[in-house]
Amino acid sequence: MRLTRFLSRNWLLTYAALYVFFLYAPVILLPMFAFNASTIIAFPLTGFTTQWFSVLFETAALHQAVKNSLIVGVITAVLSTILGTCAARAMVRFGFPFKRGIVGFIMLPLVLPEIIVAVALLVLLMQLGFPLSIWTVIGGHVLICVPFSVAILSSAFQGLDKNLEEASMDLGETGWGTFRRVIFPLILPGVISSLLITFTISLDEFIIAFFLTGTDVTLPVYIWSQLRFPAKLPSIMALGTILLALSVLLLVLGEWFRRRSAKKQGLDASSAGGFMQ
Amino acid sequence: MNENAIIDIRNVHKSFGRVEALKGIDLTIREGEFFSLLGPSGCGKTTLLRMIAGFDEPTSGDVLIGGASMAGIPANKRPTNMVFQSYAIFPHLSVTDNVGYGLAKKKMSRQERMAEINNALEMVDLAGYGDRSAHELSGGQRQRVALARALVMKPRVVLLDEPLSALDKKLREQMQVELRELQQSVGITFILVTHDQEEALIMSDRIAVLFEGEIAQMATPQTLYRQPRTERVASFIGVMNFLDAMASSDEKGGLDLKIPSLGSVNINQAAVPEGLTADSVQRIGIRPEMLTILFDYSDQAECVTTGEVVSASYYGDMTYYSIKLADLEKPATVSMRNTAGRSIVPAGTKVRIGWGADSVVLFS
Repeated sequence: MRLTRFLSRNWLLTYAALYVFFLYAPVILLPMFAFNASTIIAFPLTGFTTQWFSVLFETAALHQAVKNSLIVGVITAVLSTILGTCAARAMVRFGFPFKRGIVGFIMLPLVLPEIIVAVALLVLLMQLGFPLSIWTVIGGHVLICVPFSVAILSSAFQGLDKNLEEASMDLGETGWGTFRRVIFPLILPGVISSLLITFTISLDEFIIAFFLTGTDVTLPVYIWSQLRFPAKLPSIMALGTILLALSVLLLVLGEWFRRRSAKKQGLDASSAGGFMQ
Repeated sequence: MNENAIIDIRNVHKSFGRVEALKGIDLTIREGEFFSLLGPSGCGKTTLLRMIAGFDEPTSGDVLIGGASMAGIPANKRPTNMVFQSYAIFPHLSVTDNVGYGLAKKKMSRQERMAEINNALEMVDLAGYGDRSAHELSGGQRQRVALARALVMKPRVVLLDEPLSALDKKLREQMQVELRELQQSVGITFILVTHDQEEALIMSDRIAVLFEGEIAQMATPQTLYRQPRTERVASFIGVMNFLDAMASSDEKGGLDLKIPSLGSVNINQAAVPEGLTADSVQRIGIRPEMLTILFDYSDQAECVTTGEVVSASYYGDMTYYSIKLADLEKPATVSMRNTAGRSIVPAGTKVRIGWGADSVVLFS
């Protein structure tokens, strides 16, 4: 009786608590079982161990997958941020024919089912006779990462006073010099934010990587292939724990950097084009 | 072309799509002049300024700076520097780096550059502020940094786009005087864009009034105020009473004016603007300060009429009266300086009003 009364009075609080629980409980299970001294993923926990982590350090195939993922992630982040910067700049500053249509096509992969993109790309590459490799994965990842980069950077460009560029030109600077000395320093927080986000997206992207990867698998594809072996499961948990810690660290770092530089310019931190507002 | 002309604008048109922003502007600005482009928003004054700076190209016509055509020459190659309405201070740079921004392109040593920067900062009263970053500055200080950044380039022309409109009234009035003094001490040509007629009158050597992309009148502040050519210019610059009038020629080439609500007066030939004849004069204007309330019966004036006070607005130094004249529907505005011991005339009082031939402005 007391419980039902509590629930009816605090239903919003209950809802919020349940929401957070379902959102994060699986994430908490990850480190829990990573340190559990049993090959079986089940309660009760049997004891503390770090052996699953040492297994990770001895698996050569895993190291190769991590290396592949890092290469794909870094190149994807750089390429899609460069492309995103150009697109966002054009979108915010200039008017051109068919602008809305073109912008729509750039942003489309954001809502397109990834499986469709993956299959379509695979068919296209096969038709063209392109061998599957890390580079085909990078191509696919750039396609889905550019919209994120455009979204982040267009808000960075929107916060940029057009008069600043004109003032720079007026003071004798060239177009490229203006970009280097005024525009780039001012959108830098957005650029870093874009690099971090696109890197993270590429790092954990599975479907496109699964379809377009050749023999050089990325980390998510490797993890998926290992799930077939129950004995490998705890070490996958350990791997997941490391990845979780790294992504949180990366995002916190990125946001910290963005706020610091926004503060340095005397801007409102939320107006400088970060992803986490 | 005038020998000491620095800027020559020849029949400049500018269209944005179907909108014609400038409709054939001709004007010459002399070296060392403080020139203002005055007009309501949307009259094309900023477009004209941006055209001189090189941010906009004329649709037709030519802009010459120092005798050379600027067609196809971008902003970064022109001997002009601009102070923007928003100041456009680079937010990621210190005051020193902002002021020295344009000097980086010039060949000079670090010491020379620092000397130039400090010199410019001193000029705008910001010596010692070099290490501050842009967001630590007040509005007035930002404005000064923007000015120093332009002056340090030693341009032939400084362009100011409503530079004082973001400041509060007190600071604005102070900056108007300072800016004028600074311009006179450096001797560089300043072109100011403003919608504030008072600002233009205070600061300028000459003013061009723009309405809808055309120059309505170009003259010195005094001429513009005393002899506005059209009713629109007259009412844009200060306050003016407009009255119907009938004119007939006298034998000496002047005009006999009959103003139904005021009386009659003779205007001699020298005071009749070119292009106006007895037939074309239909309206006259009188500034509020040119009408005088004659407080004592012994006070005399060239012409005298009577009226009744409708209302009075007290401004401290001045009082503005609304006075109904004879059978005129719209009351006339009369301004009187408040001298010691004189109280405000209450509404309903009958007063005598003095005026004269030299206070009348003729309109067609």
